[in-house]
Amino acid sequence: MSHAITDSMTMIGRSIRLGRRNVDTLIMSIVLPLLMMALFVYVFGGAIDTGTQYINYVVPGIILLCTGYGAASTAMSVADDMNSGMIDRLRSMPIRSFAVLTGHVTASVARNALSTTIVVGAAVAMGFRPSASPLEWVAAAGLLLLYVLALSWLAAGLGSVAKSVESASALSFFMLFLPYLSSAFVPTDTMPSFLRGVSEHQPITPVIETVRGLLTGTPIGDKGWIALAWSVGLLVASFIVATALYRRRVND
Amino acid sequence: MIVEATGLRKAYGSTAVLDGIDLEVAEGSVFALLGPNGAGKTTTIRILSTLSRPDGGRLRVAGFDVVREPAEVRGVISLTGQYAAVDAEQTGRENLVMVARLMHLGRPGAKARAAELLERFDLVDAADRRVKTYSGGMRRRLDLAMSLVAAPKVIFLDEPTTGLDPASRTTMWDAIRDLVRTGTTIFLTTQYLEEADRLADRIMVLDKGKVAAQGTADDLKARVGGDRLDLRFTSGAALDVAAALLGGFPDHERLVLSVPSDGTAAHLHTVLDDLRAAAAAPVQVSSHRPTLDDVFLALTAREGVPA
Repeated sequence: MSHAITDSMTMIGRSIRLGRRNVDTLIMSIVLPLLMMALFVYVFGGAIDTGTQYINYVVPGIILLCTGYGAASTAMSVADDMNSGMIDRLRSMPIRSFAVLTGHVTASVARNALSTTIVVGAAVAMGFRPSASPLEWVAAAGLLLLYVLALSWLAAGLGSVAKSVESASALSFFMLFLPYLSSAFVPTDTMPSFLRGVSEHQPITPVIETVRGLLTGTPIGDKGWIALAWSVGLLVASFIVATALYRRRVND
Repeated sequence: MIVEATGLRKAYGSTAVLDGIDLEVAEGSVFALLGPNGAGKTTTIRILSTLSRPDGGRLRVAGFDVVREPAEVRGVISLTGQYAAVDAEQTGRENLVMVARLMHLGRPGAKARAAELLERFDLVDAADRRVKTYSGGMRRRLDLAMSLVAAPKVIFLDEPTTGLDPASRTTMWDAIRDLVRTGTTIFLTTQYLEEADRLADRIMVLDKGKVAAQGTADDLKARVGGDRLDLRFTSGAALDVAAALLGGFPDHERLVLSVPSDGTAAHLHTVLDDLRAAAAAPVQVSSHRPTLDDVFLALTAREGVPA
Protein backbone atom coordinates (compact mmCIF):
# COMPACT_ATOMS: atom_id res chain seq x y z
CA MET A 1 0.00 0.00 0.00
CA SER A 2 2.69 2.49 0.99
CA HIS A 3 4.54 1.52 -2.19
CA ALA A 4 1.46 2.36 -4.23
CA ILE A 5 1.61 5.84 -2.70
CA THR A 6 5.34 6.40 -3.23
CA ASP A 7 5.05 5.07 -6.80
CA SER A 8 2.24 7.54 -7.47
CA MET A 9 4.28 10.35 -5.88
CA THR A 10 7.24 9.51 -8.11
CA MET A 11 5.04 9.54 -11.21
CA ILE A 12 3.31 12.77 -10.14
CA GLY A 13 6.72 14.41 -9.72
CA ARG A 14 7.66 13.22 -13.19
CA SER A 15 4.46 14.47 -14.84
CA ILE A 16 4.73 17.88 -13.18
CA ARG A 17 8.37 18.18 -14.30
CA LEU A 18 7.43 17.18 -17.86
CA GLY A 19 4.46 19.56 -17.84
CA ARG A 20 6.58 22.45 -16.62
CA ARG A 21 9.10 21.84 -19.39
CA ASN A 22 6.54 21.39 -22.12
CA VAL A 23 6.45 25.15 -22.67
CA ASP A 24 4.20 25.02 -25.75
CA THR A 25 1.34 23.33 -23.91
CA LEU A 26 1.79 25.51 -20.86
CA ILE A 27 1.70 28.73 -22.87
CA MET A 28 -1.23 27.56 -24.98
CA SER A 29 -3.27 26.63 -21.91
CA ILE A 30 -2.84 30.17 -20.58
CA VAL A 31 -2.69 32.28 -23.75
CA LEU A 32 -5.65 30.67 -25.48
CA PRO A 33 -8.19 31.43 -22.71
CA LEU A 34 -6.79 34.97 -22.42
CA LEU A 35 -7.25 35.53 -26.16
CA MET A 36 -10.76 34.08 -26.04
CA MET A 37 -11.61 36.32 -23.12
CA ALA A 38 -10.28 39.42 -24.92
CA LEU A 39 -12.21 38.43 -28.05
CA PHE A 40 -15.49 37.96 -26.21
CA VAL A 41 -15.17 40.96 -23.92
CA TYR A 42 -13.89 43.50 -26.45
CA VAL A 43 -15.26 42.23 -29.79
CA PHE A 44 -18.53 40.31 -29.27
CA GLY A 45 -19.38 41.43 -25.75
CA GLY A 46 -20.88 44.76 -26.73
CA ALA A 47 -23.48 43.02 -28.90
CA ILE A 48 -24.49 40.40 -26.35
CA ASP A 49 -27.11 41.45 -23.83
CA THR A 50 -26.82 39.54 -20.57
CA GLY A 51 -28.32 42.18 -18.32
CA THR A 52 -24.95 42.80 -16.65
CA GLN A 53 -21.39 43.87 -17.48
CA TYR A 54 -20.44 41.26 -20.11
CA ILE A 55 -17.07 40.52 -18.51
CA ASN A 56 -18.83 39.54 -15.27
CA TYR A 57 -21.02 37.20 -17.30
CA VAL A 58 -18.31 35.60 -19.43
CA VAL A 59 -15.45 34.93 -16.97
CA PRO A 60 -16.91 31.69 -15.53
CA GLY A 61 -17.38 30.43 -19.09
CA ILE A 62 -13.80 31.29 -19.98
CA ILE A 63 -12.60 29.47 -16.85
CA LEU A 64 -14.52 26.34 -17.86
CA LEU A 65 -13.18 26.56 -21.39
CA CYS A 66 -9.67 26.96 -20.04
CA THR A 67 -9.95 23.98 -17.67
CA GLY A 68 -11.61 21.77 -20.26
CA TYR A 69 -8.92 22.54 -22.80
CA GLY A 70 -6.17 22.07 -20.23
CA ALA A 71 -7.57 18.77 -19.01
CA ALA A 72 -7.77 17.51 -22.60
CA SER A 73 -4.01 17.86 -23.01
CA THR A 74 -3.73 15.05 -20.42
CA ALA A 75 -4.89 12.75 -23.21
CA MET A 76 -1.84 13.74 -25.25
CA SER A 77 0.63 13.17 -22.40
CA VAL A 78 -0.87 9.74 -21.70
CA ALA A 79 -0.95 8.82 -25.40
CA ASP A 80 2.70 9.78 -25.66
CA ASP A 81 3.65 7.36 -22.86
CA MET A 82 1.45 4.64 -24.29
CA ASN A 83 3.01 4.84 -27.74
CA SER A 84 6.64 5.61 -26.89
CA GLY A 85 7.79 2.50 -25.04
CA MET A 86 7.69 4.18 -21.63
CA ILE A 87 4.64 2.13 -20.69
CA ASP A 88 6.51 -1.10 -21.55
CA ARG A 89 9.34 -0.12 -19.24
CA LEU A 90 6.93 0.66 -16.41
CA ARG A 91 4.86 -2.46 -16.94
CA SER A 92 7.92 -4.69 -16.86
CA MET A 93 8.84 -3.25 -13.45
CA PRO A 94 7.42 -4.58 -10.17
CA ILE A 95 5.18 -1.54 -9.67
CA ARG A 96 1.54 -0.62 -10.32
CA SER A 97 1.93 0.89 -13.75
CA PHE A 98 -1.48 2.56 -13.45
CA ALA A 99 0.46 5.17 -11.43
CA VAL A 100 1.48 6.67 -14.76
CA LEU A 101 -2.15 7.82 -15.23
CA THR A 102 -2.40 9.08 -11.65
CA GLY A 103 0.74 11.12 -12.29
CA HIS A 104 -0.60 12.77 -15.43
CA VAL A 105 -4.02 13.47 -13.90
CA THR A 106 -2.54 15.09 -10.79
CA ALA A 107 -0.16 17.18 -12.89
CA SER A 108 -3.13 18.22 -15.04
CA VAL A 109 -5.07 19.44 -11.99
CA ALA A 110 -2.02 21.40 -10.79
CA ARG A 111 -1.42 22.93 -14.22
CA ASN A 112 -5.07 23.93 -14.56
CA ALA A 113 -5.13 25.45 -11.08
CA LEU A 114 -2.19 27.62 -12.13
CA SER A 115 -3.60 28.67 -15.50
CA THR A 116 -7.06 29.35 -14.01
CA THR A 117 -5.49 31.57 -11.36
CA ILE A 118 -3.68 33.52 -14.07
CA VAL A 119 -6.85 33.84 -16.15
CA VAL A 120 -8.86 35.10 -13.15
CA GLY A 121 -6.08 37.59 -12.37
CA ALA A 122 -6.12 38.85 -15.95
CA ALA A 123 -9.91 39.07 -15.88
CA VAL A 124 -9.77 41.30 -12.79
CA ALA A 125 -7.26 43.51 -14.62
CA MET A 126 -9.74 43.72 -17.53
CA GLY A 127 -12.57 44.84 -15.29
CA PHE A 128 -14.02 41.64 -13.78
CA ARG A 129 -15.50 42.52 -10.39
CA PRO A 130 -16.39 39.40 -8.41
CA SER A 131 -18.51 39.87 -5.29
CA ALA A 132 -17.70 36.50 -3.71
CA SER A 133 -17.00 36.00 0.00
CA PRO A 134 -13.95 33.86 0.92
CA LEU A 135 -16.28 30.90 1.48
CA GLU A 136 -17.82 31.35 -1.97
CA TRP A 137 -14.33 31.51 -3.52
CA VAL A 138 -13.48 28.22 -1.80
CA ALA A 139 -16.75 26.65 -2.98
CA ALA A 140 -16.16 27.80 -6.58
CA ALA A 141 -12.55 26.58 -6.53
CA GLY A 142 -13.66 23.24 -5.05
CA LEU A 143 -16.29 22.69 -7.73
CA LEU A 144 -13.83 23.61 -10.48
CA LEU A 145 -11.20 21.24 -9.07
CA LEU A 146 -13.74 18.43 -9.01
CA TYR A 147 -14.74 19.21 -12.60
CA VAL A 148 -11.10 19.35 -13.79
CA LEU A 149 -10.30 16.12 -11.97
CA ALA A 150 -13.23 14.38 -13.66
CA LEU A 151 -12.29 15.67 -17.12
CA SER A 152 -8.62 14.80 -16.58
CA TRP A 153 -9.49 11.18 -15.76
CA LEU A 154 -11.70 11.03 -18.82
CA ALA A 155 -8.85 12.44 -20.93
CA ALA A 156 -6.38 9.98 -19.37
CA GLY A 157 -8.67 7.08 -20.25
CA LEU A 158 -9.12 8.23 -23.84
CA GLY A 159 -5.38 8.95 -24.11
CA SER A 160 -4.55 5.42 -23.01
CA VAL A 161 -6.36 3.89 -25.99
CA ALA A 162 -5.37 6.55 -28.54
CA LYS A 163 -3.13 5.16 -31.27
CA SER A 164 -1.11 8.36 -31.48
CA VAL A 165 -0.60 11.73 -29.80
CA GLU A 166 -2.25 13.39 -32.81
CA SER A 167 -5.47 11.43 -32.44
CA ALA A 168 -5.48 12.16 -28.70
CA SER A 169 -5.34 15.87 -29.50
CA ALA A 170 -8.81 15.64 -31.08
CA LEU A 171 -10.24 15.75 -27.56
CA SER A 172 -8.88 19.29 -27.14
CA PHE A 173 -10.94 20.53 -30.07
CA PHE A 174 -14.02 18.90 -28.64
CA MET A 175 -13.43 20.55 -25.26
CA LEU A 176 -12.86 23.87 -26.98
CA PHE A 177 -16.15 23.57 -28.84
CA LEU A 178 -18.41 22.20 -26.11
CA PRO A 179 -18.68 25.42 -24.01
CA TYR A 180 -20.35 27.17 -26.98
CA LEU A 181 -23.31 24.84 -26.49
CA SER A 182 -23.79 26.04 -22.93
CA SER A 183 -24.52 29.25 -21.06
CA ALA A 184 -20.80 30.14 -21.22
CA PHE A 185 -21.04 33.01 -23.71
CA VAL A 186 -24.73 33.71 -24.20
CA PRO A 187 -27.76 32.96 -21.99
CA THR A 188 -29.37 29.71 -23.14
CA ASP A 189 -32.85 31.28 -23.51
CA THR A 190 -31.63 33.04 -26.67
CA MET A 191 -30.96 29.70 -28.36
CA PRO A 192 -33.42 27.78 -30.59
CA SER A 193 -35.35 25.25 -28.53
CA PHE A 194 -33.53 22.08 -29.66
CA LEU A 195 -30.14 23.65 -28.82
CA ARG A 196 -31.49 24.92 -25.52
CA GLY A 197 -32.42 21.35 -24.66
CA VAL A 198 -28.85 20.24 -25.32
CA SER A 199 -27.16 23.14 -23.59
CA GLU A 200 -29.30 23.03 -20.47
CA HIS A 201 -28.79 19.33 -19.95
CA GLN A 202 -25.05 19.06 -20.41
CA PRO A 203 -22.78 19.32 -17.37
CA ILE A 204 -21.03 22.54 -18.37
CA THR A 205 -24.10 24.76 -17.98
CA PRO A 206 -24.88 23.95 -14.31
CA VAL A 207 -21.17 24.18 -13.42
CA ILE A 208 -20.90 27.57 -15.13
CA GLU A 209 -24.14 28.84 -13.56
CA THR A 210 -22.94 27.73 -10.12
CA VAL A 211 -19.48 29.30 -10.49
CA ARG A 212 -21.10 32.48 -11.88
CA GLY A 213 -23.50 32.58 -8.95
CA LEU A 214 -20.75 32.03 -6.40
CA LEU A 215 -18.44 34.67 -7.91
CA THR A 216 -20.88 37.37 -9.05
CA GLY A 217 -24.00 36.72 -6.99
CA THR A 218 -26.40 35.69 -9.77
CA PRO A 219 -29.10 33.24 -8.61
CA ILE A 220 -27.94 29.63 -8.40
CA GLY A 221 -31.15 27.84 -7.49
CA ASP A 222 -30.91 24.07 -7.77
CA LYS A 223 -28.00 24.42 -10.26
CA GLY A 224 -25.52 24.03 -7.38
CA TRP A 225 -26.64 20.51 -6.53
CA ILE A 226 -26.98 19.57 -10.18
CA ALA A 227 -23.42 20.81 -10.84
CA LEU A 228 -22.11 18.84 -7.85
CA ALA A 229 -23.97 15.71 -8.91
CA TRP A 230 -22.70 16.03 -12.48
CA SER A 231 -19.09 16.56 -11.35
CA VAL A 232 -19.07 13.69 -8.84
CA GLY A 233 -20.88 11.41 -11.27
CA LEU A 234 -18.51 12.37 -14.07
CA LEU A 235 -15.52 11.77 -11.80
CA VAL A 236 -16.68 8.29 -10.80
CA ALA A 237 -17.60 7.39 -14.38
CA SER A 238 -14.36 8.80 -15.81
CA PHE A 239 -12.25 6.91 -13.29
CA ILE A 240 -14.04 3.65 -14.09
CA VAL A 241 -13.72 4.29 -17.83
CA ALA A 242 -10.04 5.19 -17.47
CA THR A 243 -9.33 2.00 -15.50
CA ALA A 244 -11.19 -0.13 -18.03
CA LEU A 245 -9.61 1.50 -21.09
CA TYR A 246 -6.13 1.27 -19.56
CA ARG A 247 -6.63 -2.44 -18.84
CA ARG A 248 -7.90 -2.98 -22.35
CA ARG A 249 -4.87 -1.28 -23.83
CA VAL A 250 -2.28 -3.16 -21.80
CA ASN A 251 -3.85 -6.63 -22.14
CA ASP A 252 -2.80 -8.22 -25.39
CA MET B 1 17.94 -22.93 -16.86
CA ILE B 2 16.98 -19.38 -15.95
CA VAL B 3 14.60 -18.92 -18.90
CA GLU B 4 12.54 -21.85 -20.15
CA ALA B 5 9.74 -22.01 -22.67
CA THR B 6 7.94 -25.04 -24.03
CA GLY B 7 5.31 -24.96 -26.72
CA LEU B 8 5.01 -21.17 -26.68
CA ARG B 9 2.16 -20.09 -28.93
CA LYS B 10 0.62 -16.72 -29.71
CA ALA B 11 -1.78 -15.62 -32.41
CA TYR B 12 -3.30 -12.27 -33.28
CA GLY B 13 -6.67 -13.07 -34.75
CA SER B 14 -6.13 -16.01 -37.09
CA THR B 15 -2.47 -15.20 -37.71
CA ALA B 16 -0.09 -17.40 -35.70
CA VAL B 17 2.81 -15.19 -34.66
CA LEU B 18 4.52 -17.86 -32.55
CA ASP B 19 3.81 -21.43 -33.48
CA GLY B 20 5.25 -23.70 -30.78
CA ILE B 21 8.59 -22.31 -29.65
CA ASP B 22 10.81 -24.25 -27.21
CA LEU B 23 13.81 -22.51 -25.76
CA GLU B 24 16.21 -22.72 -22.83
CA VAL B 25 18.68 -20.12 -21.60
CA ALA B 26 21.43 -21.01 -19.10
CA GLU B 27 22.09 -18.62 -16.22
CA GLY B 28 24.86 -16.13 -16.98
CA SER B 29 24.82 -16.75 -20.73
CA VAL B 30 23.90 -14.62 -23.72
CA PHE B 31 21.03 -15.92 -25.83
CA ALA B 32 20.25 -14.33 -29.18
CA LEU B 33 16.99 -14.61 -31.05
CA LEU B 34 17.81 -13.97 -34.66
CA GLY B 35 15.36 -13.45 -37.46
CA PRO B 36 13.97 -11.11 -40.09
CA ASN B 37 11.23 -8.56 -39.39
CA GLY B 38 7.97 -10.25 -38.50
CA ALA B 39 9.61 -13.50 -37.37
CA GLY B 40 8.12 -13.16 -33.87
CA LYS B 41 11.18 -11.94 -31.97
CA THR B 42 9.54 -8.96 -30.27
CA THR B 43 6.42 -10.99 -29.44
CA THR B 44 8.62 -13.60 -27.71
CA ILE B 45 10.36 -10.94 -25.64
CA ARG B 46 7.07 -9.22 -24.76
CA ILE B 47 5.62 -12.50 -23.54
CA LEU B 48 8.69 -13.49 -21.50
CA SER B 49 8.81 -10.03 -19.90
CA THR B 50 5.09 -10.31 -18.86
CA LEU B 51 3.83 -7.58 -21.21
CA SER B 52 1.80 -9.89 -23.39
CA ARG B 53 -0.09 -13.09 -22.54
CA PRO B 54 0.73 -16.26 -24.44
CA ASP B 55 -2.08 -18.37 -25.92
CA GLY B 56 -0.31 -21.55 -24.87
CA GLY B 57 2.89 -23.03 -23.54
CA ARG B 58 4.78 -23.31 -20.28
CA LEU B 59 7.06 -20.38 -19.45
CA ARG B 60 9.38 -19.91 -16.51
CA VAL B 61 11.83 -17.11 -15.74
CA ALA B 62 14.14 -17.53 -12.73
CA GLY B 63 11.85 -20.28 -11.47
CA PHE B 64 8.68 -18.18 -11.62
CA ASP B 65 5.73 -18.91 -13.87
CA VAL B 66 5.45 -15.98 -16.29
CA VAL B 67 1.66 -16.16 -16.57
CA ARG B 68 0.77 -16.98 -12.95
CA GLU B 69 3.49 -15.02 -11.12
CA PRO B 70 4.08 -11.91 -13.24
CA ALA B 71 4.89 -9.69 -10.25
CA GLU B 72 7.68 -12.05 -9.14
CA VAL B 73 9.05 -12.22 -12.68
CA ARG B 74 9.05 -8.41 -12.94
CA GLY B 75 11.11 -8.30 -9.74
CA VAL B 76 14.02 -10.18 -11.35
CA ILE B 77 14.00 -8.99 -14.96
CA SER B 78 14.33 -5.79 -16.87
CA LEU B 79 13.34 -4.89 -20.39
CA THR B 80 14.98 -2.54 -22.83
CA GLY B 81 12.59 -2.19 -25.71
CA GLN B 82 13.19 -1.38 -29.34
CA TYR B 83 12.56 2.32 -28.85
CA ALA B 84 14.56 3.99 -26.11
CA ALA B 85 12.06 4.41 -23.25
CA VAL B 86 13.48 7.59 -21.82
CA ASP B 87 11.84 10.95 -21.10
CA ALA B 88 13.27 13.48 -23.54
CA GLU B 89 12.26 16.41 -21.33
CA GLN B 90 14.00 15.01 -18.25
CA THR B 91 17.77 14.97 -17.76
CA GLY B 92 19.66 11.69 -17.79
CA ARG B 93 20.05 11.88 -14.04
CA GLU B 94 16.34 12.60 -13.48
CA ASN B 95 15.40 9.61 -15.64
CA LEU B 96 17.65 7.33 -13.59
CA VAL B 97 16.51 8.71 -10.23
CA MET B 98 12.89 8.25 -11.29
CA VAL B 99 13.45 4.55 -12.02
CA ALA B 100 15.45 4.14 -8.81
CA ARG B 101 12.62 5.74 -6.80
CA LEU B 102 10.16 3.36 -8.44
CA MET B 103 12.43 0.53 -7.29
CA HIS B 104 12.07 1.95 -3.75
CA LEU B 105 15.71 2.81 -3.25
CA GLY B 106 14.88 5.88 -1.16
CA ARG B 107 16.03 9.37 -2.07
CA PRO B 108 19.75 9.19 -1.12
CA GLY B 109 20.03 5.62 -2.41
CA ALA B 110 18.40 6.59 -5.71
CA LYS B 111 20.79 9.50 -6.20
CA ALA B 112 23.83 7.35 -5.43
CA ARG B 113 22.68 4.60 -7.81
CA ALA B 114 22.03 7.15 -10.58
CA ALA B 115 25.51 8.65 -10.16
CA GLU B 116 27.09 5.20 -10.27
CA LEU B 117 25.28 4.24 -13.49
CA LEU B 118 26.03 7.59 -15.17
CA GLU B 119 29.70 6.95 -14.45
CA ARG B 120 29.55 3.37 -15.74
CA PHE B 121 27.82 4.32 -18.98
CA ASP B 122 30.02 7.30 -19.69
CA LEU B 123 27.20 9.81 -19.32
CA VAL B 124 28.63 11.97 -16.52
CA ASP B 125 29.20 15.03 -18.73
CA ALA B 126 25.66 14.83 -20.12
CA ALA B 127 24.03 13.85 -16.82
CA ASP B 128 22.27 17.16 -16.21
CA ARG B 129 21.32 17.88 -19.79
CA ARG B 130 17.87 17.06 -21.07
CA VAL B 131 17.77 13.78 -22.96
CA LYS B 132 16.37 15.47 -26.08
CA THR B 133 19.91 16.82 -26.67
CA TYR B 134 21.42 13.29 -26.55
CA SER B 135 22.66 11.35 -29.57
CA GLY B 136 21.03 8.03 -30.49
CA GLY B 137 23.88 6.10 -28.88
CA MET B 138 23.66 8.10 -25.64
CA ARG B 139 19.91 7.49 -25.46
CA ARG B 140 20.41 3.75 -25.82
CA ARG B 141 23.10 3.77 -23.14
CA LEU B 142 20.82 5.67 -20.79
CA ASP B 143 18.00 3.27 -21.64
CA LEU B 144 20.24 0.32 -20.76
CA ALA B 145 21.41 2.08 -17.57
CA MET B 146 17.76 2.56 -16.55
CA SER B 147 17.24 -1.17 -16.99
CA LEU B 148 20.12 -1.92 -14.64
CA VAL B 149 19.02 0.19 -11.69
CA ALA B 150 17.77 -2.80 -9.72
CA ALA B 151 20.53 -5.22 -10.80
CA PRO B 152 18.18 -7.66 -12.57
CA LYS B 153 19.02 -11.35 -13.04
CA VAL B 154 17.78 -11.45 -16.63
CA ILE B 155 17.88 -8.56 -19.08
CA PHE B 156 15.74 -8.60 -22.19
CA LEU B 157 17.14 -6.44 -24.98
CA ASP B 158 14.94 -5.98 -28.02
CA GLU B 159 17.18 -5.06 -30.96
CA PRO B 160 19.61 -3.08 -28.80
CA THR B 161 21.63 -1.61 -31.67
CA THR B 162 19.09 -1.18 -34.47
CA GLY B 163 19.60 2.22 -36.05
CA LEU B 164 22.91 2.96 -34.33
CA ASP B 165 26.06 4.01 -36.15
CA PRO B 166 28.98 1.53 -36.07
CA ALA B 167 30.86 3.35 -33.28
CA SER B 168 27.80 3.49 -31.00
CA ARG B 169 27.10 -0.14 -31.81
CA THR B 170 30.56 -1.16 -30.63
CA THR B 171 30.06 0.83 -27.43
CA MET B 172 26.75 -0.96 -26.82
CA TRP B 173 28.41 -4.33 -27.42
CA ASP B 174 31.09 -3.49 -24.87
CA ALA B 175 28.42 -2.48 -22.36
CA ILE B 176 26.58 -5.78 -22.94
CA ARG B 177 29.80 -7.81 -22.52
CA ASP B 178 30.48 -6.00 -19.23
CA LEU B 179 27.07 -7.10 -18.02
CA VAL B 180 27.84 -10.70 -18.84
CA ARG B 181 31.00 -10.44 -16.76
CA THR B 182 28.88 -9.54 -13.72
CA GLY B 183 26.90 -12.76 -14.19
CA THR B 184 23.74 -11.24 -15.68
CA THR B 185 21.83 -13.37 -18.16
CA ILE B 186 21.14 -11.60 -21.45
CA PHE B 187 18.28 -12.43 -23.79
CA LEU B 188 18.51 -10.33 -26.92
CA THR B 189 16.88 -10.15 -30.30
CA THR B 190 18.67 -8.93 -33.37
CA GLN B 191 18.48 -8.76 -37.12
CA TYR B 192 22.26 -8.54 -37.33
CA LEU B 193 24.16 -11.76 -37.74
CA GLU B 194 27.36 -10.09 -36.72
CA GLU B 195 25.78 -9.04 -33.45
CA ALA B 196 24.60 -12.55 -32.62
CA ASP B 197 27.97 -13.97 -33.67
CA ARG B 198 29.93 -11.58 -31.47
CA LEU B 199 27.78 -11.59 -28.35
CA ALA B 200 25.79 -14.77 -28.08
CA ASP B 201 26.67 -18.12 -26.54
CA ARG B 202 23.60 -19.64 -28.16
CA ILE B 203 21.61 -18.48 -31.13
CA MET B 204 18.10 -19.38 -32.15
CA VAL B 205 17.00 -18.54 -35.67
CA LEU B 206 13.32 -17.70 -35.78
CA ASP B 207 11.40 -17.59 -39.03
CA LYS B 208 7.64 -17.04 -39.43
CA GLY B 209 7.00 -17.95 -35.81
CA LYS B 210 8.90 -21.22 -35.90
CA VAL B 211 12.39 -22.25 -34.81
CA ALA B 212 14.45 -22.59 -37.99
CA ALA B 213 17.65 -23.64 -36.22
CA GLN B 214 19.50 -23.26 -32.96
CA GLY B 215 22.91 -23.83 -31.44
CA THR B 216 26.22 -22.02 -31.08
CA ALA B 217 27.40 -19.80 -33.91
CA ASP B 218 29.79 -22.61 -34.94
CA ASP B 219 27.02 -25.22 -34.88
CA LEU B 220 24.97 -23.10 -37.21
CA LYS B 221 27.85 -22.44 -39.55
CA ALA B 222 28.60 -26.16 -39.67
CA ARG B 223 25.04 -26.71 -40.91
CA VAL B 224 25.78 -25.01 -44.22
CA GLY B 225 28.99 -26.99 -44.61
CA GLY B 226 32.57 -26.56 -43.52
CA ASP B 227 35.35 -24.39 -44.87
CA ARG B 228 36.14 -24.16 -48.52
CA LEU B 229 39.26 -23.33 -50.58
CA ASP B 230 39.05 -21.01 -53.56
CA LEU B 231 41.86 -21.71 -56.09
CA ARG B 232 42.43 -19.20 -58.89
CA PHE B 233 44.12 -20.20 -62.17
CA THR B 234 45.58 -18.30 -65.11
CA SER B 235 43.91 -20.42 -67.81
CA GLY B 236 40.73 -22.34 -68.44
CA ALA B 237 42.81 -25.37 -69.32
CA ALA B 238 44.49 -25.41 -65.88
CA LEU B 239 41.07 -24.97 -64.25
CA ASP B 240 39.73 -27.99 -66.15
CA VAL B 241 42.71 -30.13 -65.18
CA ALA B 242 42.30 -29.12 -61.52
CA ALA B 243 38.54 -29.74 -61.59
CA ALA B 244 39.08 -33.21 -63.09
CA LEU B 245 41.58 -33.96 -60.35
CA LEU B 246 39.89 -32.47 -57.27
CA GLY B 247 36.19 -32.19 -58.08
CA GLY B 248 34.55 -29.12 -56.53
CA PHE B 249 32.77 -26.26 -58.26
CA PRO B 250 34.56 -24.59 -61.21
CA ASP B 251 33.73 -20.98 -62.12
CA HIS B 252 34.96 -20.51 -65.68
CA GLU B 253 34.38 -16.81 -65.78
CA ARG B 254 36.56 -15.99 -62.76
CA LEU B 255 38.83 -19.02 -63.36
CA VAL B 256 38.20 -20.09 -59.76
CA LEU B 257 37.71 -23.61 -58.42
CA SER B 258 35.98 -24.01 -55.04
CA VAL B 259 36.78 -27.21 -53.18
CA PRO B 260 35.52 -28.36 -49.78
CA SER B 261 38.14 -28.40 -47.07
CA ASP B 262 38.51 -29.41 -43.43
CA GLY B 263 40.42 -26.19 -42.82
CA THR B 264 43.74 -27.89 -41.94
CA ALA B 265 47.17 -26.95 -43.32
CA ALA B 266 47.75 -30.61 -44.23
CA HIS B 267 44.79 -30.59 -46.60
CA LEU B 268 46.06 -27.40 -48.25
CA HIS B 269 49.50 -29.01 -48.70
CA THR B 270 48.03 -32.09 -50.36
CA VAL B 271 45.91 -30.01 -52.73
CA LEU B 272 48.85 -27.82 -53.79
CA ASP B 273 51.23 -30.79 -54.21
CA ASP B 274 48.70 -32.68 -56.35
CA LEU B 275 48.12 -29.62 -58.56
CA ARG B 276 51.84 -28.99 -59.01
CA ALA B 277 52.36 -32.63 -59.99
CA ALA B 278 49.59 -32.21 -62.61
CA ALA B 279 51.25 -28.98 -63.84
CA ALA B 280 48.15 -26.98 -62.90
CA ALA B 281 49.40 -24.88 -59.96
CA PRO B 282 47.01 -22.07 -58.93
CA VAL B 283 48.20 -18.44 -58.76
CA GLN B 284 46.09 -17.60 -55.72
CA VAL B 285 44.55 -19.51 -52.82
CA SER B 286 42.02 -18.23 -50.33
CA SER B 287 40.22 -20.00 -47.53
CA HIS B 288 36.62 -19.21 -46.49
CA ARG B 289 34.71 -19.99 -43.36
CA PRO B 290 30.96 -19.91 -43.87
CA THR B 291 29.49 -16.78 -42.28
CA LEU B 292 26.27 -16.55 -40.34
CA ASP B 293 24.96 -14.68 -43.36
CA ASP B 294 25.21 -17.91 -45.35
CA VAL B 295 23.35 -19.70 -42.54
CA PHE B 296 20.74 -17.04 -42.22
CA LEU B 297 19.98 -16.88 -45.91
CA ALA B 298 19.89 -20.64 -46.20
CA LEU B 299 17.54 -21.04 -43.25
CA THR B 300 15.15 -18.18 -43.79
CA ALA B 301 15.02 -18.24 -47.58
CA ARG B 302 11.55 -17.33 -48.79
CA GLU B 303 9.71 -19.75 -51.01
CA GLY B 304 10.65 -19.31 -54.64
CA VAL B 305 14.00 -17.81 -53.73
CA PRO B 306 16.87 -20.26 -53.97
CA ALA B 307 18.67 -20.80 -50.68
